[in-house]
Amino acid sequence: MIDYLWLLIALPLLGALTLILFGKRIGEPASGWLASALVVIPFLIAATLTVPFIAGAEPETVYLFSWIPVVGANASLLWDPLSALMTLVVTGVGALIHIYSVGYMHGDERYSLFFAYMNLFIASMLTLVLADNFALMFVGWELVGLSSYLLISFWFVKPSAAAAGKKAFIVNRIGDWGFLIALMMIFAAFGTLDFGIVFAEAHSVLSVGLATAITLMLFLGATGKSAQLPLYMWLPDAMEGPTPVSALIHAATMVTAGVYMIARTAALFELAPISLAVVATVGALTALFAATIAVGQRDIKRVLAYSTISQLGYMVMAVGLTAFTAGIFHLTTHAFFKALLFLGAGSVIHAMSNEQDMWKMGGLRKYMPITFATMAIGWLAISGLFPLSGFWSKDEILAAAFAKGGFFTILWVIGVVTAMITAFYMTRLIILTFFGDKRWDEGAHPHESPFTMTIPLIILAVFSAVAGLWNTPVRLGLEHFLEPTFGSIHQVHPAGGLTVWALALISLAVIVIGILVAYGRYGRGDLPTEEGGYWAAALNGYGVDDFYGRVIVAPGKAIATWTAMVFDTKVVDGIVNGLAFGVRAFGSSMRVLQTGWVRSYGAAIVAGSLGVILWLLLQGGAF
Amino acid sequence: MTVTLGWYMVLAAVLFSMGAGGVLIRRNALVMFMSVELMLNSVNLTFIAAGNELGLVEGQVAALFIMVVAAAEVTIGLAILVAVFRRRATANVDVLSELKG
Repeated sequence: MIDYLWLLIALPLLGALTLILFGKRIGEPASGWLASALVVIPFLIAATLTVPFIAGAEPETVYLFSWIPVVGANASLLWDPLSALMTLVVTGVGALIHIYSVGYMHGDERYSLFFAYMNLFIASMLTLVLADNFALMFVGWELVGLSSYLLISFWFVKPSAAAAGKKAFIVNRIGDWGFLIALMMIFAAFGTLDFGIVFAEAHSVLSVGLATAITLMLFLGATGKSAQLPLYMWLPDAMEGPTPVSALIHAATMVTAGVYMIARTAALFELAPISLAVVATVGALTALFAATIAVGQRDIKRVLAYSTISQLGYMVMAVGLTAFTAGIFHLTTHAFFKALLFLGAGSVIHAMSNEQDMWKMGGLRKYMPITFATMAIGWLAISGLFPLSGFWSKDEILAAAFAKGGFFTILWVIGVVTAMITAFYMTRLIILTFFGDKRWDEGAHPHESPFTMTIPLIILAVFSAVAGLWNTPVRLGLEHFLEPTFGSIHQVHPAGGLTVWALALISLAVIVIGILVAYGRYGRGDLPTEEGGYWAAALNGYGVDDFYGRVIVAPGKAIATWTAMVFDTKVVDGIVNGLAFGVRAFGSSMRVLQTGWVRSYGAAIVAGSLGVILWLLLQGGAF
Repeated sequence: MTVTLGWYMVLAAVLFSMGAGGVLIRRNALVMFMSVELMLNSVNLTFIAAGNELGLVEGQVAALFIMVVAAAEVTIGLAILVAVFRRRATANVDVLSELKG
């Protein structure tokens, strides 16, 4: 059965190629259903292959073909609990979003091309997740970046969408640079890029300094892909893409690649305590920073985008605390509830004829009961209310921070504050969208979405509600499941007994406070104006984009202009033209020798011969 | 008074110089050809004389080679000369200076 593992990547890839070549002929909605089927089948295969792990099977490596054997990089796939879990999340959530898109993308000019890109993304993401060496992982890493670019700028006729795609790509390149440097250092140290060898020998080969350098570079890659400080600002702009793309790529799967990569290379991070502290701190700061921006956003998708950055901060903080299981756990639950929230937002946007401003919504719960009910579950899950999934996964991270103590207690405080802010802005989103007065524009006719859109919502809502029960302090199901992957890694464990419950009560309390404050502010009659001061700053993302524009983009453009206008025209062209000029001048000075008279050539031959004879005679000592 | 190798060499040198002078001074292509033949034959003379003196057969072999090459050269040269004369009605090489740089 494991021999069919390659189909996980091959089927979506086949779908992408088929739809690019014959998509127009297959048409709507057949191409959507074809693409969905080519994600559902891999999900079923993956589910079948995951069953043995529950019974405690060993991880397996499936060798496909030789690729670059000299660097230890072959096309071979690693099937262990971690990659299995990621594959299930990617294909499971991916399949639901594909089905949702069948309805959502209805009537789009390039309907089949959209599904071709989506299938390409699934194939790329599975390459990233299943790779058993750094080189293949990097290929997947770059390919998801490409699919992300293609899908963000899918409606490239809009200049803002085209710009957002470019921004995502360029910002990610900075992270990719770090990842690539890390790969080079790993190859220099180990002579191979194979996961098995690198992780097994890391203890004996790496000094602390080298391990720190490698892991910091890897982490730079993760900050790009997972939208952490300081490389987060591409993600809010990525909302220019169609909403299913935001749900699949920019909430549930691709942006978690950084977290997955750190978890996968846990054996390296373990050797570098400084890197781990940096990772945890950056994660916590990102969580808080993005949450405070989310509070001031008016566009429903941008609230969710900043919320995603914030939640990714939690995951990064978790892996930085060496709570790898907790990080992966939050990754999984977040995939469910954030995909749910995005798809719900998409359903609302769809119903409101592409209106995204929450201040022009309101009172929608009567018109869209299913969307409202499912989104409410997502709202409570992300806020972390007992017993929904977010409660368990977020609390495990906070408990890990608390258990680690010392400096990390500060991170715990940041995490708790962020939880309160999260509850606040999510409540704000729900109230502004579904409750209160109708603030619609003229001509809006909200209606419930078709069944292809609501059924994925319902399924995701069920998982958002119950997925947390997999790993509770009472029954550590996920931790046991991931044992073959993280078995040799020293993880931080939350203190048992009363402390866990006390911490849970604290976070529940702050969450309830957050919800009540938001209700008091938005839920009773007139809405506050929210203009000027803090609100303007938050709406503008604290002007970080302007700051980067002035500090990095403007000097970069100035250097590029100088290179093009001065260096290229004067220096480069100068060298080339100067060479040509020199050759031409030398040639014209030599032209005089070509008299066209045979006599002069003959005289030159005679003179030359005489010269040679004279020289020979002198050499021979004749004189 | 015996005729030694030196005499042949001096004669050959004189013939060679006359030929070279002819090539440089004369403007008629036909006469230049004749001068070239003179140079070639002076060289033949040195080969024969030196071969005889040293008792080697290679001197005569080289002379035979030179004769063959000279015959071929004259054939081609005269053919070109005839072609040029038909077109330009002159054998003056100074007029034929189109390759001037």
